[in-house]
Amino acid sequence: MEFVVFLIAAAIVVGGALGVLALANPVHSALSLVATLFGVAVLFVAQDAQFLAAVQVIVYAGAIVVLFLFVIMLLGVDRSDDLRVEPVVAQRPLAILSGVGVLAASLVAILAAGGDTATTTVRATATAIPTEEADAASLGRLLFTDHVLAFEITAILLTVAVVGAVVLARRPVRGDDPVDVEAEA
Amino acid sequence: MIVAQSLPTVTPTWYLALGAVLFAIGAVGLLVRRNPLVMFMCVELMLNAVNLTFVAFARSMGDLGGQVLVFFVMVVAAAEVVVGLAIMVALLRRRPDATTADDVAALRG
Repeated sequence: MEFVVFLIAAAIVVGGALGVLALANPVHSALSLVATLFGVAVLFVAQDAQFLAAVQVIVYAGAIVVLFLFVIMLLGVDRSDDLRVEPVVAQRPLAILSGVGVLAASLVAILAAGGDTATTTVRATATAIPTEEADAASLGRLLFTDHVLAFEITAILLTVAVVGAVVLARRPVRGDDPVDVEAEA
Repeated sequence: MIVAQSLPTVTPTWYLALGAVLFAIGAVGLLVRRNPLVMFMCVELMLNAVNLTFVAFARSMGDLGGQVLVFFVMVVAAAEVVVGLAIMVALLRRRPDATTADDVAALRG
């Protein structure tokens, strides 16, 4: 059963990723990205990470992609890329070559490790995944005990991001902007 | 249930291989595409590949720490997108013609 789920989800994930890569219109790329993110969420569920799957759908598909689409519409940059233009000589073949290199290196490493990952003995300090207990509860307990400092730092990070976004995207006050001053002078 | 038994078992290696494929696609997209928005989307693809790998390891090693890390990666990705898109809005408001990453080359050495 997991095999069928994996196969379908993997097809959606890879197809969506190729869509992001190859579609000329940024709006179409964003919609392909949604497909990939949903496929990854399905794979999370298949690996007993239900909470992360929910967060994946809400945060990624619900917030991040909507933000992408919002900016595309706001800026009116939804005209298609000319995919034939190559800014640097031989950039595209080199990019594909390096991508294949990355893929080959990681696949070799994964296959060399082989079944080792499956048979790795659980470390004594490891926080065992409870088989039947609610996943979100144990994850939350871990977040607020062992990783509470990192959790608090993410709060600071999000605050900085929000303030930064407001400062950057704000329309400059008249006379405050060096470009405006030059134009008026 | 003969059908169910004849299907191969999905091992963590499969998830890791899928993560590697996803990461490679994202890396190629980041290098090939010129629209900064699509380049951002490719970064998201690479982050998702890493998340998939973390979850696969979390299950195979029986350690919930991997899932905690995925949580933090998602937070950082959200913050990164917010700031990155704000930079793009500010940039395109000032230079509406700069629609590709190559148009913003003032800092090139």
